[in-house]
Amino acid sequence: MSWGWLIFALAFWAGAYALNVWLANSRYSDTRAVRLGVPVIFGITILVVWQGLVRGLNVPMVILPAPTDIWLRIIASVPTLWEDFVQTFVKGALTGYVIGCSAAVITAILIDRSKFLQRGLLPVGNFIAALPIVGTAPILVMWFGFDWQSKAAVVVVMVFFPMLVNTVEGLAASTRMQQDLMATYSASYPQTLRKLRLPAAMPFIFNGLKITTTLALIGAIVAEFFGSPIKGMGFRISTEVGRLRLDMVWAEIAVAALAGSAFYGAVALIEKGVTFWHPSQRG
Amino acid sequence: MKSIVPILTVVAAIVVIWYGAAVWMNSQWALDQAGRAEVELSFGELVTDTLSQERPRLPAPHQVVAELWDSTVGKSITSKRSLVFHGWITLSATLLGFAFGTGMGILLAVGIVHSRAMDMGVMPWAIASQTIPILAIAPMIIVVLSSLGVTGIIPKAIISAYLSFFPVVVGMVKGLRSPAHMDLDLMHTYSASRNQTFWKLRMPASMPYLFASLKVGIAAALVGTIVGELPTGAIRGLGARMLSGSYYGQTVQIWSALIAAAILAALLVGIIGIIQRNTLKRMGMAQ
Repeated sequence: MSWGWLIFALAFWAGAYALNVWLANSRYSDTRAVRLGVPVIFGITILVVWQGLVRGLNVPMVILPAPTDIWLRIIASVPTLWEDFVQTFVKGALTGYVIGCSAAVITAILIDRSKFLQRGLLPVGNFIAALPIVGTAPILVMWFGFDWQSKAAVVVVMVFFPMLVNTVEGLAASTRMQQDLMATYSASYPQTLRKLRLPAAMPFIFNGLKITTTLALIGAIVAEFFGSPIKGMGFRISTEVGRLRLDMVWAEIAVAALAGSAFYGAVALIEKGVTFWHPSQRG
Repeated sequence: MKSIVPILTVVAAIVVIWYGAAVWMNSQWALDQAGRAEVELSFGELVTDTLSQERPRLPAPHQVVAELWDSTVGKSITSKRSLVFHGWITLSATLLGFAFGTGMGILLAVGIVHSRAMDMGVMPWAIASQTIPILAIAPMIIVVLSSLGVTGIIPKAIISAYLSFFPVVVGMVKGLRSPAHMDLDLMHTYSASRNQTFWKLRMPASMPYLFASLKVGIAAALVGTIVGELPTGAIRGLGARMLSGSYYGQTVQIWSALIAAAILAALLVGIIGIIQRNTLKRMGMAQ
């Protein structure tokens, strides 16, 4: 045990906390810099306290590696991390996400004209969306083989129902009055769909697209626990855990966290461009 | 209740498609077997064979139902082959983790609502953490804790607590902030203390939000427990049943474990829904 690290971590935490309290209650608390700065300081504090505790208490690497160890591991194994990222994220998660979401939107448009199908499919869809769909992973791995196709299939199943429910809800979002206006223009069904109801559904569709980004990544990673070729983030996590190389596991998790946030951010950015007219985007 | 007919129609359609898919996906194996035995299969024989294979690619619904019945009612609940036994292992870890995660989540939400520094510092991270595939760290938690000597229910409960934690924080903060400015002003004119405002206005107002996130949280907690059972060497629990089924090609076993997990999830969400309806009705907030 080395007291220096512990005291340093404690002092840093106290200082950062005092700084944050002061910043949050100061008259600058509404400026952009402070809004961005406070969470950043909080994040840095966690990293420093983590580092201090691990070093100060001499926590062995097989229980919790220090942030600097993880960073060194990331630097040292960029090619492996990149290969895993391509296998899991680009091939597995992204393919499945695109297929699943477009299939859901198309299904929603197809059942749009039948109130009967909607009344039947929506409760079933809502029910399935709450189920532990990750459990289908072993079955789909058995059907589609070990490579990325089975991971994409798991992702398709996972994103389909939340997306379907959101799109159907969105297609019902335009008001009676707006639809009547389209009727007085003598607009046909496809015209109403394209010019009124799909644009009106966009906030809902993007809500679904945002929720499912996380599901896609989770599905692709967990499916790899059930069997995969010798690359991929889920494969790497489960095997390196077995070898007790936890710094590599944390490096993979850091990449997964980064990929998840970037994915979500990208979808949110597209949403900003598409639904610029919506009150929530005009601030 | 006018939705009953459409729902039943959709469910019936799913069952029909399932049977069709079972015949189609299992026919290859049946034809291979027949070819090796040099017998010609009539269509009727082919269908009966595909629906009663020992290890089909896709088991037919009645096979899964039979297996479910056999492994819940047919076995004593202490037997290692009983799904009730495995389901209880999973359920107990889920409930323990859910209770813990929800409690922590509510406490953190209260802290966030009352401290501006915590709100600005912690809230962005709580929201950002929802975009991160947290489930990926499940194997690590299990292995690290078992190397520290902690095994059994606790590691799985930690994972499900972690997964149910963030939805509750985000939902509860939204709920505690939901009282309108007018309501808060009214409490102010009563010269209510912070404590009184919290217990008499903010807490009741947050209930609809709390229940909505509890439903999300318990579903997530169940998934967390199931995934947490994967790396332990597949001994006990529904997740272990799935993994051992996939090791030994016992597809019927995987499907029955999957359906059991689905029933469990539906029950848990349904129970919270009932509590929600009764609570909100007693509070006069029923929609």
